[in-house]
Amino acid sequence: MATLVQEAVPAGGAATSSPAETVTLRLWRGDARGGEFRDYTVENLGGEVVLDVVHRIQAEQAPDLAVRWNCKAGKCGSCSAEINGKPRLMCMTRMSSLDVSEPITVSPMRGNPIIRDLVTDVSYHFAVARRIPGFHPGPPEPDGTYRMSQVDVDRVQEFRKCIECFLCQNVCHVIRDHEDNKPAYAGPRFFVRLAELELHPLDTLDRRELAAKELGIGLCNITKCCTEVCPEDIHITDNAIIPMKERVVDARYDPIAWLGRKILRRPAPTPAAEVASLTPAGRSGEVISIEPRTPPGGPA
Amino acid sequence: MSLAQHLEGPARPATVRVGGPRGGPPLSTVLRRDNWRLQPVLVALGLLGFVAYVVWAANRNGAFYAGSVGRDYLSPLYSPCITHSCISSGYVWGGWSWWRVSPAWLILIFPGAFRATCYYYRKAYYRSFWLSPPACAVADAGSTGSGLRQHYSGETRFPLLWNNIHRYTWYFALIFAGILTWDAIAAFRFPNGIGLGVGTILFVLNAIFIWAYTLGCHAGRHLCGGNLKRLSQAPIRRWWWKNVSSQLNAHHQLYAWLSLFSIIVTDLYTWLVASGTIHDPRIF
Ligand code: SF4
Ligand code: SF4
Ligand code: FES
Ligand code: FES
Repeated sequence: MATLVQEAVPAGGAATSSPAETVTLRLWRGDARGGEFRDYTVENLGGEVVLDVVHRIQAEQAPDLAVRWNCKAGKCGSCSAEINGKPRLMCMTRMSSLDVSEPITVSPMRGNPIIRDLVTDVSYHFAVARRIPGFHPGPPEPDGTYRMSQVDVDRVQEFRKCIECFLCQNVCHVIRDHEDNKPAYAGPRFFVRLAELELHPLDTLDRRELAAKELGIGLCNITKCCTEVCPEDIHITDNAIIPMKERVVDARYDPIAWLGRKILRRPAPTPAAEVASLTPAGRSGEVISIEPRTPPGGPA
Repeated sequence: MSLAQHLEGPARPATVRVGGPRGGPPLSTVLRRDNWRLQPVLVALGLLGFVAYVVWAANRNGAFYAGSVGRDYLSPLYSPCITHSCISSGYVWGGWSWWRVSPAWLILIFPGAFRATCYYYRKAYYRSFWLSPPACAVADAGSTGSGLRQHYSGETRFPLLWNNIHRYTWYFALIFAGILTWDAIAAFRFPNGIGLGVGTILFVLNAIFIWAYTLGCHAGRHLCGGNLKRLSQAPIRRWWWKNVSSQLNAHHQLYAWLSLFSIIVTDLYTWLVASGTIHDPRIF
């Protein structure tokens, strides 16, 4: 409720500064054949989020506008877009946080193929999800249950907050700017997933070789854009990617760790192919292939 | 068919096609309205300034120890001082007479390698110098087909693959932090007993920032306890991981810069005092 009270005070807090009468959204309209920005001006009602204004435009001026949303509460991860060039959730971006004296651009996520208007095709991310083996607990304790202490799960609970908005996947330059990396890369959301499983006290699989060889964790150069855009404030780089990179160092690049495994007769890291065969994609032989950027028949 | 059979299923080789035209203007069009250039430019200036200063300070090969004016201040860029010119400037260690150039070059390799492979500095130089990417949602310098680099290989190949040795540089960094702590203690030594000068405070601050930076290292955080599957089984490591490594790690960028500045300031001050340019005020 505190948020509502805040909304009642215009930005700047001065009672004299009345909010602008109208707001203009510059929305991307188009599909795979091409598109353009179009301006839509509506009344500024105050207290709205960007998604509210988009909905009003859809209701009043552009009934054919395609926009994906579900919860309007920052929990479903459907309404991802780029607002004034920054990857954000439309339903969690207040109009009062934006400068309404000039048009506000809302474009679809530019890291994904376009479907129409603000809606993009996120199937790549689900294809990546099918390449990561899920939770594999060992046998239960004699009484048939599993036990773990809170301090052991504290670390992974942060990762459970992910709403799969794919804003981090969208901003990650490894695939945003270099699409050719998509077949050999997982992306920040799935490094979070990997860390969630690898750091889980009951999980028994070793996904380190998989992370290095099939999921391309070495392509990430820890420039932290994923962390910057995550609406759930998951410390993706510090708490998921770097701990995973360090685990990969244990498995592949650390001679002392290697020697330790030999002397103490610890098992070698599980080969990537062995772990990959446990995944839905591994079982069905699914592979990711890239379509050309320009549509057949050239750009419209 | 059971659920398990259904899930296992017969192999159905499939291809997921990803790619195709994207929405919005081309990625080379930056839609951000804020001043996204500021941060990479400031970082680039800061790093270049530091490197330029260190090259100058290391080539100085003189006035790095203030013993001649009654202060036990040894510049952090020259510590530990183990070569011949250390003795000639009145420092007690030294002795490697075969090393003819500045002693700073001999030791700077270690902290240099530590910082060059540090996860934070990697982010900093990838953004500011590689422009990969310069800022978030700004196309990187090698954007598909149109930029400086056609293919992006991240940290998977030589030389960037070598950033994975970071944990070994961390072991050395611990030794260096210990040595700089010794220097800070020595800075309390005055000709007639224990004292405190302005320089002493700088040396103590420097040691604190160096420790805060070193103990907040991501590789250190992993080795101290982050690598455990069950933290509950190692209470001491868990305590350290939670209360020391992780706390300092959350401000790693801050300490990276603070320790960088404190090294410069401490060296500069030592130089000014040792060269007789200024007098180091004694507080007690
Ligand atoms: S830190 Fe790594 S995963 Fe995250 S956006 Fe940057 S390159 Fe991508
Ligand atoms: S990690 Fe954050 S940004 Fe990425 S999909 Fe999950 S909630 Fe979205
Ligand atoms: S509509 Fe569900 S997150 Fe925005
Ligand atoms: S990560 Fe910065 S010092 Fe190790």
